Amino acid sequence: MALPITARGYSWTHADRDAPAVGPLDVDIPAGSTVLLLGPSGAGKTTLLHAIAGVLPSESGEATGELLIGGRSTDPRRGDTGLVLQDPDSQVIFSRVGDDVAFGMENLGVPVDDIEARIPASLSALGLDLREDHPTAALSGGQKQRLALAGIHAMSPEVIVLDEPTANIDPDSAPGVRDAILAVRAATSATMIVVEHRVGLWLEHVDTVIVLGREGVVAQGAPGEVFGDPELAEVLRECGIWVPEDPEAAELRSAGRAPRPDSPAHSVSESGPDAGVRNDAQTGPRMQGEVLLRARSLGVARPGASAPAATGIDFDIRTGGAIGIVGPNGAGKSTTALTLAGLIPEFTGEVLAEAGLRDGAKHARPYRWPSAFLAPRIGMVFQEPAHQFLTASVAAELALGPRLAGWSTESVESRVAELLEVLGLGDLAEAHPQSLSGGEKRRLSVAAMLAPRPAVLIVDEPTFGQDALTWAGLVELFLDALAGGSAVVAVSHDHGFLDAIGARRFALGGSEGAPAGASADRSARRPDAHDEVRGERVE
Amino acid sequence: MPKTTTPESTTSTAPVHTLAPKTKSWRVVDYVTTAVLGIAVGLVFWVLALSWKVLELAFQAFPPSIGLIAGLWVLAGPLAGAIIRKPGAALLCELIAAIVEAVLGSHFGATVLLSGFLQGLGAELVFAAFGYKRFTLWVTSLSGVLAAAFMAVSENIMYNAEWQFGFQAAYAVCAIVSGLVISGIGAWYAYRAIAKTGALSSFASGRLR
Amino acid sequence: MSALSDRNATAEAAAPVHDPGQLIPVVRSTALVRCNPLTKIAVALVLMIGALLSIDLVSAGVVLAFTFLGLPASGLDLRAALRRLWFLPAGALLAAWGTAILAEKTGAVVVDLGPILMTTGSLEAAAAIFVRALALATPLIVLASTIDPRDLADALIQHVRLPEVVVISVLAAGRLLGLLVSEWQVLSMARRARGVAGGSLARRTASLFGGVFVLLVVSIRRATTLAMAMEGRAFGRPGRMWRRRSTFGARDLVVVASAVAVCVLAIVSAHALGTWNPIIGSN
Repeated sequence: MALPITARGYSWTHADRDAPAVGPLDVDIPAGSTVLLLGPSGAGKTTLLHAIAGVLPSESGEATGELLIGGRSTDPRRGDTGLVLQDPDSQVIFSRVGDDVAFGMENLGVPVDDIEARIPASLSALGLDLREDHPTAALSGGQKQRLALAGIHAMSPEVIVLDEPTANIDPDSAPGVRDAILAVRAATSATMIVVEHRVGLWLEHVDTVIVLGREGVVAQGAPGEVFGDPELAEVLRECGIWVPEDPEAAELRSAGRAPRPDSPAHSVSESGPDAGVRNDAQTGPRMQGEVLLRARSLGVARPGASAPAATGIDFDIRTGGAIGIVGPNGAGKSTTALTLAGLIPEFTGEVLAEAGLRDGAKHARPYRWPSAFLAPRIGMVFQEPAHQFLTASVAAELALGPRLAGWSTESVESRVAELLEVLGLGDLAEAHPQSLSGGEKRRLSVAAMLAPRPAVLIVDEPTFGQDALTWAGLVELFLDALAGGSAVVAVSHDHGFLDAIGARRFALGGSEGAPAGASADRSARRPDAHDEVRGERVE
Repeated sequence: MPKTTTPESTTSTAPVHTLAPKTKSWRVVDYVTTAVLGIAVGLVFWVLALSWKVLELAFQAFPPSIGLIAGLWVLAGPLAGAIIRKPGAALLCELIAAIVEAVLGSHFGATVLLSGFLQGLGAELVFAAFGYKRFTLWVTSLSGVLAAAFMAVSENIMYNAEWQFGFQAAYAVCAIVSGLVISGIGAWYAYRAIAKTGALSSFASGRLR
Repeated sequence: MSALSDRNATAEAAAPVHDPGQLIPVVRSTALVRCNPLTKIAVALVLMIGALLSIDLVSAGVVLAFTFLGLPASGLDLRAALRRLWFLPAGALLAAWGTAILAEKTGAVVVDLGPILMTTGSLEAAAAIFVRALALATPLIVLASTIDPRDLADALIQHVRLPEVVVISVLAAGRLLGLLVSEWQVLSMARRARGVAGGSLARRTASLFGGVFVLLVVSIRRATTLAMAMEGRAFGRPGRMWRRRSTFGARDLVVVASAVAVCVLAIVSAHALGTWNPIIGSN
């Protein structure tokens, strides 16, 4: 079963805004079609999805025109729509897998016998081989998205709407989640609408692309038509989508300047940031700068953990050098980043600052440094930007680091002005950091850390869920920092990004059960990295 | 389909962010947000209790003066009242905060549930007295004061029973002052700061203009 | 109704998978763990009465002693419990200190340092406050740690007849607690990374409030999303089905009866030993 979606002059305006968040627009989506919805930031894609799912909170805004699902107004309580949101953590409802899958069916009043029968069927349809009493808190991001999908599979809705379902999970898990979505869609033969920046992931699997502009629908047609239309090329780029096989997008991704003179300009290609490991990305000869930070037989663990998340980590961080920490989920990458940043103590071994970075400090281990001494020297950008904003305006956020580092008022002001310019956030200088869009928050969190020009910048998954425009902006920021002599350590699944900043790889190998071992990436593609990145595989 | 008509207002000059929601009935988002606020504040209560051990020691020279920070314990009610603006929000939120504190581990044990109920009731009564129509700095402050007064009386009976009357009275005065400053005025400005981040766009309290 | 899955049967079959969402992990499924959540709440309240009504060493001591004796039956990982609850005795000690210098000064003077005056009478009261604080806290934490939120929702709606939209909303939000606890740890690290952790007391306090603010903003955003996800799955529709029946068994009766016995024993022995010191009406 599937239902068509029709909108006639539909718009939605938030209570405290003059301009509508979406529309007014007219759109027809035939029953059973699979739609990829694109549009620039601020076009109202998410609002439209929420409207179709019928979950826009009443009291918070005003709708005009009509939006019908199968000829009836939207109401999620009929159970004919299923909604999957971007954040995996915020849509788990119960603490046990079975209960979570049953939630929608219970709400719909499905008989108990049917519920019990459908739970295992839906779990296995989504590739979740788990007991019904498995705790949902123990699931990975990708598994949580599958769980949300299993709940929807069990409800067998006629319309499925997905708001960036793979944006917050690691790129390696994204294709699996996409396939799970396609399996649900095949099982229910529902009408499906998905919003996603990673076009490459979806293009072969949808029959319609709709491009939403700020003034309504700009284009609607088969993927080939929309992407083949030269008049739409500019609009599509503005959308920040990862346009497949678009030479101009490639240029965008290499951010205007090649990271190294001999770096091939193709560092960006067909399939977006989730392209996987490239096998020909030479980074060329590198400036061998002064050593700032050394990791010596380092083992890392979360505070309070009794076993290390990774061991045998040995490398030097040098001025102007970029290192990419890569490896599967659970290999201890984020824990390693936090340890290098002096935020959690080493489990075994040591992180030692060399003279240039240590700057006369009593202790060589950054973990022992006071916060005010640490911040201007080693910066850490967390995965969730909202966590590290401390002030009430964008400008103050950028000024905080330099001010704490004791810069003069003039130099703080010129640094803030410079960064606002680079970020393109000049108009938002007085806006609250927490009120920015996801991409803006991400860029601000990186810039706020770069503001006091730390010698070492450590970042955790900076490009997760970012559109192409933000991605390019981030690459620009990091290249600037590297050119200024800072060292960058990036935890990332995004090899396109690591290539763009010319990062050497350091692979943390996760293995089940045994403590994760670390291994240097010794493959032929980085012959010049041997002297800097060392490690022993521990089995 | 949700629709918004012209918001009802008590006075035509009142700033839009002080207005009541269109209906008094609760939406799912009201329940979930009240609960999450209670959980977050309960967590904060618990963390502060740990971090402020040193501070508490400083108060121990004259224990009734601990009342000066005790006003913080009634924060959840006025905060939820100002943000959610539905009947019962202040009571529910304070109660949830108390449950969270107890479950995380408090040396007050299950009695915090009783304290939470009483403090929430104090905060709630003030919003109710204004018919859930006025949400201003002063209403919120008053809510903090009454909640703190309810707390002071119940604490004197339950925990400070061994204290002499003069000490109990001093405790009550300290608690009410801190209730006004921290949980009344403080809650209002905390709400305004949260509104500026855009996180309250689903609520009447999130109207910025 | 044969298809109603019996949660107890599955729980008995194997040790539960480690759940990072649990504050203290349940490692064994005991009779107490399998009790109805309402039974556990009743037990906590009954024990609370035993320790609350009077401030004396005997009644609080009896409750605390039986609580410790009952710990193995809780099925909790007791080492993890210790690691998480180290601060309880510390907090209780502070409460006791306050009492030692404030309580009425009866008996011989033990310590006299100007404003700090302790007598045998006030020290006795302080000891009672210390034991009572632990007796009030421990049973609740232990019992609450063994409650599955979903079982509690079933029980509250099916037996207490609380409105289901309220109960499910609150308990779904409750799942975010574990998330917020870990988020709080990240926030502390983030403040250190920004250079604002540590320093003077004023700076520490300001930085702490900054963290609280972010926690509130992040949690409200999460709440809005969670509400949307729930409504998106037909939540709020009348005629909800319950896949499980919340039941009471003989063990519930036994457990409640034991708790009442402990409570009565605490009160009776305090009277018998002449230490009974009620919080209302004595002085």
